[in-house]
Amino acid sequence: MTAAVIVFPGSNCDRDTSVALEAATGRPPLRVWHRETALPKVDLIVIPGGFAYGDYLRAGAIAAHSPIMREVIGCARAGVPTLGICNGFQILTESGLLPGILTRNASLRFICADVHLRVEQTDTIFTNRYRHGQILRIPVAHMDGNYIADDETMRALEDRGQIAMRYCDPAGEVTPGANPNGARANIAGIFNRTRNVLGLMPHPERAADPLHGGTDGRALFAGLVTAIAS
Amino acid sequence: MRARIHITLKNGVLDPQGKAIGNALAGLGFNGVEDVRQGKYLELQLADQDRDAAERQLRRMCEQLLANTVIESYAIELDGTPVA
Repeated sequence: MTAAVIVFPGSNCDRDTSVALEAATGRPPLRVWHRETALPKVDLIVIPGGFAYGDYLRAGAIAAHSPIMREVIGCARAGVPTLGICNGFQILTESGLLPGILTRNASLRFICADVHLRVEQTDTIFTNRYRHGQILRIPVAHMDGNYIADDETMRALEDRGQIAMRYCDPAGEVTPGANPNGARANIAGIFNRTRNVLGLMPHPERAADPLHGGTDGRALFAGLVTAIAS
Repeated sequence: MRARIHITLKNGVLDPQGKAIGNALAGLGFNGVEDVRQGKYLELQLADQDRDAAERQLRRMCEQLLANTVIESYAIELDGTPVA
C-alpha cells in the first residue's frame, strides 16, 4: 500500500503520521509538498495536523486552496481513501470535501489532553478493526475543534451514518462534560457521504506505539491496510 | 478602487470570543453592553476596472475564501458604496 502525506508550511504532525503509516504498511509514505500540482498514484492520502499557513484567516482556509489540493479533491471525489487529522480535518471542511466547519474551542483554550472516544461506525475502510461502541483513548491537541453544522446537515450526518466517533466519558456515555471543545453532538470525526473521506480531530498517530502511552490509534492505520488490500 | 469587506458571524452562531470580550468590558466597568459579536474587516486595493466586474469578483472572493458561509456573512463596500 502506498500512502501520501501532504505537507504544508506549518504542518507539524507529518513526521509522526509518516512513522505510524510506515509501521502499518511496512513502507514509508511519500511526502508531497503543497506546491506540487500532481499526485502519483497512491492508495491513501493523509492530510496531517499542524497549523498550515499559521491558521491565517480561518484554520485550514488558505491550505484548502493550495495547488496540491485541487488534485487531492479530485482523487477524494474519485474514491481514493483520504484521511485528515486535526488541521487536516479543518482543511477537508474548508475544501468542501466534508460538511460543516471547525471553530474556536468553546473554552477559548488550546486543549492538549487524552480524550475518550466512542466508535460509532465500524463498516468503513477506516474503522473496521474497531468494535461498534468501543471506547478509545486518544489525544487531542487543538484550538479550533468545535464542530458546527446547520440542523439539516446534522440530520443528514446522523441518518447516513457519517459520524465516525464522538467524545464520551470513560464509560462511553456521550455527555456535555465529556465534550472538550463544544462540538455539536460531541462530534470528534465525520465521514463524507461515500465514507472514503474521514476527518478526525483526535490524533491516532499519537496513540500508535506503547511509548506514546496508548495504542488505540493503531487499529485505524491497520484497518486501512486491510481494507485497501482487499 | 478600494473595497472594504466586513465578515460577521451569522445570527445564532455562538461567539465565545465576543462573549469573553463582553465580560472583559464589564470587568473594566463598562456597564450596559448587552452583546458583543466579533468579526473581521478587510481592505482590498483593486486595479481600476468596471464596477460590475469588480462587484462580481469581490462576491466570488468572499464565497470562495474570505468568508466561510457555513457560519459567516459578508458585506462589501466598493469606493464607499455598499454592494448589494
